Amino acid sequence: MGILLAITPWPAISALFWIVLAVAVLYLARHTAHQAIHITATALSRGLRIAAHSVGRGEAKLAARNREVLLAAGREAKERIVEREFVRVGESVRKDLANYPALHRALSESIARIEENHQNAVDVPPEAPGWVRAVEAVAEIDARKGGTEVLEDIHKSLVRAHKEAMEAYRAASSERHGLLRKMMPEWRVVLETLGYVSKSVESILTRAVAVDRHMQEYEDIVRGQDRAVSTLSSSSIVQFFVSALVLTVAIGGAAINFSLIARPMAEMVGGTSYIGSFRTANVAALVIIMVEISMGLFLMESLRITRLFPVIGALPDKIRVRMMWITFAILTLLASVEAGLAYMREVLLQDELATGALLRGENGGGLQNEYLWITTVAQMGMGFILPFALTFVAIPLETFIHSLRTVLGLAGIALLRFIALVLRVLSSICRHLGTLAQRLYDLPLFVPLWLEARMKHRSDTSSDLETASEVRT
Amino acid sequence: MKRVASILAGLVLALGACAPAAPRNTGVYLLLDTSGTYANELRKAETIILYTLARLEPSDSFAVARIDTGSFSEKDIVAKATFDDRPSTANTQKRAFAGEVRQFVEHSESAQYTDISGGLLQAIEFLNEKHPGRKTIMIFSDLKEDLAKGYVRDVPLDLKGFDVVALNVTKLRTDNFDPKEYMSRVDAWKAKVEQGGGRWRMINDLERLDGLL
Repeated sequence: MGILLAITPWPAISALFWIVLAVAVLYLARHTAHQAIHITATALSRGLRIAAHSVGRGEAKLAARNREVLLAAGREAKERIVEREFVRVGESVRKDLANYPALHRALSESIARIEENHQNAVDVPPEAPGWVRAVEAVAEIDARKGGTEVLEDIHKSLVRAHKEAMEAYRAASSERHGLLRKMMPEWRVVLETLGYVSKSVESILTRAVAVDRHMQEYEDIVRGQDRAVSTLSSSSIVQFFVSALVLTVAIGGAAINFSLIARPMAEMVGGTSYIGSFRTANVAALVIIMVEISMGLFLMESLRITRLFPVIGALPDKIRVRMMWITFAILTLLASVEAGLAYMREVLLQDELATGALLRGENGGGLQNEYLWITTVAQMGMGFILPFALTFVAIPLETFIHSLRTVLGLAGIALLRFIALVLRVLSSICRHLGTLAQRLYDLPLFVPLWLEARMKHRSDTSSDLETASEVRT
Repeated sequence: MKRVASILAGLVLALGACAPAAPRNTGVYLLLDTSGTYANELRKAETIILYTLARLEPSDSFAVARIDTGSFSEKDIVAKATFDDRPSTANTQKRAFAGEVRQFVEHSESAQYTDISGGLLQAIEFLNEKHPGRKTIMIFSDLKEDLAKGYVRDVPLDLKGFDVVALNVTKLRTDNFDPKEYMSRVDAWKAKVEQGGGRWRMINDLERLDGLL
């Protein structure tokens, strides 16, 4: 620095000289420098834009793939639901309509009986009295010629006949009423039978509506409609979080199970042997729990509740049922072993407490608790129940695995979208930085640039004047 | 290719797991000074023994030996045990061990001489034979060695990998007149242990045995 300022006896003059020189050099190199800055900024910007474009294409591919996976999963799930609905409809039809011939026969018999009773209960109108004409003839007889006696006799006969007719009519009416009364239970039977048929038909109709709805959704999925994809996607995310929550609870259960059997395992495999850096007893306890979970998975697969292993689902029914019983038996055995180990744990704990008390010089040899059996029984119960409870882990595990694929896909899409955005922003920043660098380059050259602008303006003005004069001439 | 690599990695891990691991157990040898008036301190020693028993795990080894005229002998071992791998059996062994020690404390007689070096040699031999992961020798003594005529103990001690802990190093009557005697005695033992490659510690407060093992 000192050398630079020492080229003249006056440092200020030297500095001014160098500044003028630098400005002159920068001005002369201005065009080239601007080009270099522009090319660099444009290259960076374009590179970043291309990268953003590639990432965007990757995102689109991933989204398409995710959509396919989602639709396939949704289609499979919907097929299972529709299949189950059909099975239910089939069962309903089999159960309800299998009795239909009997119902029909009962209904027909009831109707036949009603018809018969109805026929019998028809009201027969009383015959028109034959003596009406006789009465008319008698009425025309002169009373003085002895018609009075005749009329009295007729009156008596009429009264008697009327009485008899009324009695007969009443008897017939009573009989008809009896028959109609007998029809009432038959009507009730018919009503009940029809109600039963109506209920069965309504159940089938409800199922048919559900099947229709599922089929509509299935068709939407098959057509790949956006609405279906959106529904499946949100459903998948909800399933992911719910299954993750249940799995966390299951892990807690497995941890308790582990603590129940790890200590007594030391009695079986030794308390001080190690596999790598892990105690063999702990590894053995963990293996037992893992075997239990595996058996639970196989049991659920054999029951066709889950479908993680298509091979098991595709087995012939006979082998599948056999496998189900075998896994259940192994699970029961392991649960019994765990209950035994839980009991052993309590015994060991008491032994350890007694030894500790002895070594501390306490005479009691450990506190004798009369309610100790409660904790022992509780531990044994937990040891027996937890393996069966862990069996149900298969259901959330299947949901978790299936939904994980979708959730990872969505997370990947979001990540790629973010990267693409960042790259686009960086590309824009590079372009603007290039412009800014050009302006900053020009900043110390404001004097020559100003002079250049003035000169250019002057030359433009003079050329305009010349053009104007030429036009005038 | 990826599958082959993962299988190979699994095999390597499995082989690593099968390789013999370094021993993790502990070996403890406690030397009890029974000479002169120090024999009266044995009740305190019993507390230390019980504390040590409570801290030891299955597969650990523990021996208690007395320091007398000639301590380089198996006959001076009062009780010894290598605890079983199974915790319940180890507990039974611990109870039996505590019983043996209690019997010794009740019936011990004071020795005429104090052969600490002989006891240390016996401790080294015992612990090396057991191959524990950690080796600790505890000396419950005032550290005043008093050899009988004819006993040669200028043998270098090979204490590499050993922790030597001096416990309850009481002051003698003469130490009260000249404390330098006590200090030089402790320093001499410290130097001897460290020259042999061991680590030296001293704990006189028997109420705070947390860092003993």
